[in-house]
Amino acid sequence: MTEIFGVPIQALLGQLMLGLVNGSFYAMLSLGLAVIFGMLNIINFAHGALYMMGAFLAWMGLTYWGISYGWALLLVPIAVGVFGMVIERTMLQWLYKLDHLYGLLLTFGLALIIEGLFRDQYGVSGLPYEIPDLLTGAFNLGFMFLPKYRAWVIFASLAVCLATWFGIEKTRLGAYLRAATENPKLTQAFGINVPLMVMLTYGFGVGLAGFAGVLAAPAFQVNPLMGSHLIIVVFAVVVIGGMGSILGSILTGLGLGVIEGLTKVFYSEASSTVVFVVMVLVLLVRPAGLFGREK
Amino acid sequence: MKKTTIATALAAALSLTAGSAAAQISDNIVKIGVLTDLSGAYSDLAGTGAVEAVKMAVEDFKAKEKPAYAIEVVAADHQNKGDIASNKAREWFDRDKVDVITDMVTTSTALAAMKVAKDKNKIALISGAASTRITNEDCNDVTVHWTYDTYAVANGTAKAVVKQGGKSWFFLTADYAFGQSLEKDASDVVAANGGKVLGSVRHPFPGTDFSSFLLKAQASGAQVIGLANAGTDTTNSIKQAAEFGITPKQSLAGLLMFITDIHSLGLKATQGMYLTEAFYWDANDETRAWSKRFFDRHKRMPTMVQAGLYSAVSHYLKAVKATGSDDTQKVMAAMKKTKINDFFAKNGYIREDGRMVHDMYLMQVKKPEESKYPWDYYNVRQTIPAAEAFQPLSLSKCSLVKK
Repeated sequence: MTEIFGVPIQALLGQLMLGLVNGSFYAMLSLGLAVIFGMLNIINFAHGALYMMGAFLAWMGLTYWGISYGWALLLVPIAVGVFGMVIERTMLQWLYKLDHLYGLLLTFGLALIIEGLFRDQYGVSGLPYEIPDLLTGAFNLGFMFLPKYRAWVIFASLAVCLATWFGIEKTRLGAYLRAATENPKLTQAFGINVPLMVMLTYGFGVGLAGFAGVLAAPAFQVNPLMGSHLIIVVFAVVVIGGMGSILGSILTGLGLGVIEGLTKVFYSEASSTVVFVVMVLVLLVRPAGLFGREK
Repeated sequence: MKKTTIATALAAALSLTAGSAAAQISDNIVKIGVLTDLSGAYSDLAGTGAVEAVKMAVEDFKAKEKPAYAIEVVAADHQNKGDIASNKAREWFDRDKVDVITDMVTTSTALAAMKVAKDKNKIALISGAASTRITNEDCNDVTVHWTYDTYAVANGTAKAVVKQGGKSWFFLTADYAFGQSLEKDASDVVAANGGKVLGSVRHPFPGTDFSSFLLKAQASGAQVIGLANAGTDTTNSIKQAAEFGITPKQSLAGLLMFITDIHSLGLKATQGMYLTEAFYWDANDETRAWSKRFFDRHKRMPTMVQAGLYSAVSHYLKAVKATGSDDTQKVMAAMKKTKINDFFAKNGYIREDGRMVHDMYLMQVKKPEESKYPWDYYNVRQTIPAAEAFQPLSLSKCSLVKK
């Protein structure tokens, strides 16, 4: 068998594939953060909690009301998005003129409250969510058995990420959004309802977190702490990609998933720190991030 | 200068008379501090349920013995951090006149708090923490390790699995003191029983995605994958092993699992697994009676950590009554002299290294169709007698053990 640095090439390919799966989650979450930061100038620390909420809503839908996985994929992001819009209208909108720190503190507080409520209600051991029948089983890729569900995760997140990128960069609505970010007063003067766009943007950004939560539910245990475990890594991804860069956060998310996967092959103890090592290196060379622009 | 000397002398005189005049129970209150994980990864297996178990012990003791002194319970969250645990313990002993601290769910908090207890000459009754260090390198004469330890659970499960034919092992280990200690204890047992350890992989703690590590375990070709981790790390490993088709071709051995983990994963994912516990609520009439009372208050069946706490605190209160004192040395001597006989332990006793020795139980998780009612999860496969369950004193590294 061919080997690279003493690791059989098949094992390496398998780990790359798994890295891509994790990278898909990073990409989706960091994309939402990047969209929100780009448009609202808010560092949304509640993102992890809303991702967790997405997973819980999927579980609750199935357990209490018999809502299947497919419907959850559609309905949960909307529900989380609406919840986000309520937060934006009632709390966040007062903070845009202030320093970033205020938004960060508010969303951090919200995250603690949301997590606390779920922990109080459901404990911390987690709840099981079965993989839907259609997606059980595995593909034999020759070098590994890839569970169908993991393949679906990669496909679904890539589709959502690309659609988001297309929507923001290539459509008229996206152009309005970008204009509103660049110069809100002038955009308003052209008759575009900027506060509405900002609200929708926040709703969409956290809706992405809700979507990622539903995707995560069958792969991991549904657990009140699942968001806080992930959010720090996701922030590192955003920083590496460049704050506010759409394409940057997608590519960096996937790329770092793969780097993490490779670290697990060669020195697994470092796999939780490698992302931060990369972050330090990137910041030394390009302080605005790989895809960010200096202002 | 003169004034302070007089004041000091006066204070000294006062404290002398106070010491001799007190009716043995200092300020007529016995105060129990429950230092536990109220918000983190282990708050299901200990947490508010642990506080509830201690309160039950106190209420039962009061109802039966009608003591002339008050018994109070205070609780705090140690957040699984050693420094928080030792600060809280110090504050309780110095300011709040706490006589005994209990639980301590992680090794780091237990080691930190028991050291403070030793410095202040107070008692520590540890239930939640797992490491054998508590009764070996770090042992002291005021600490009792009540419920279980890594040796006991690794010993029970690994021995049983090797005997069932699971000869080759690969470990999936949480990369910190507890995981490494569990892996080492289990490896020794596997080797001693004629099995072979093919390798291990260490994962960061806490983790979410274990598929990479599981693929390594799969590639090793080992018959058994030993999970030397705990809590959500274990439950996620089990879930993902099924997803990647690793089980049932290779089998999993959870080296430290609690009934709350089984409850969380469901029987479909866990059926057939072996695990070792100190307590099962549905073992006999006595355990059922107590557990149902606990369930009525907490809405969940007790874990071994919670049941062990009731046992530990009850034994402590009995010793206070027997000696008519809350003096640490007197009470500890009485606790060590008396055997423990309750629903949790039969003929249990406290060794000089602080280990409370009692029977352990090897369980096998039931199939979904075997489970008849809620929390009906285990078949008790074997009682591991006290003499075999824990690390023998001949291997002890505790300085209190005379060899």
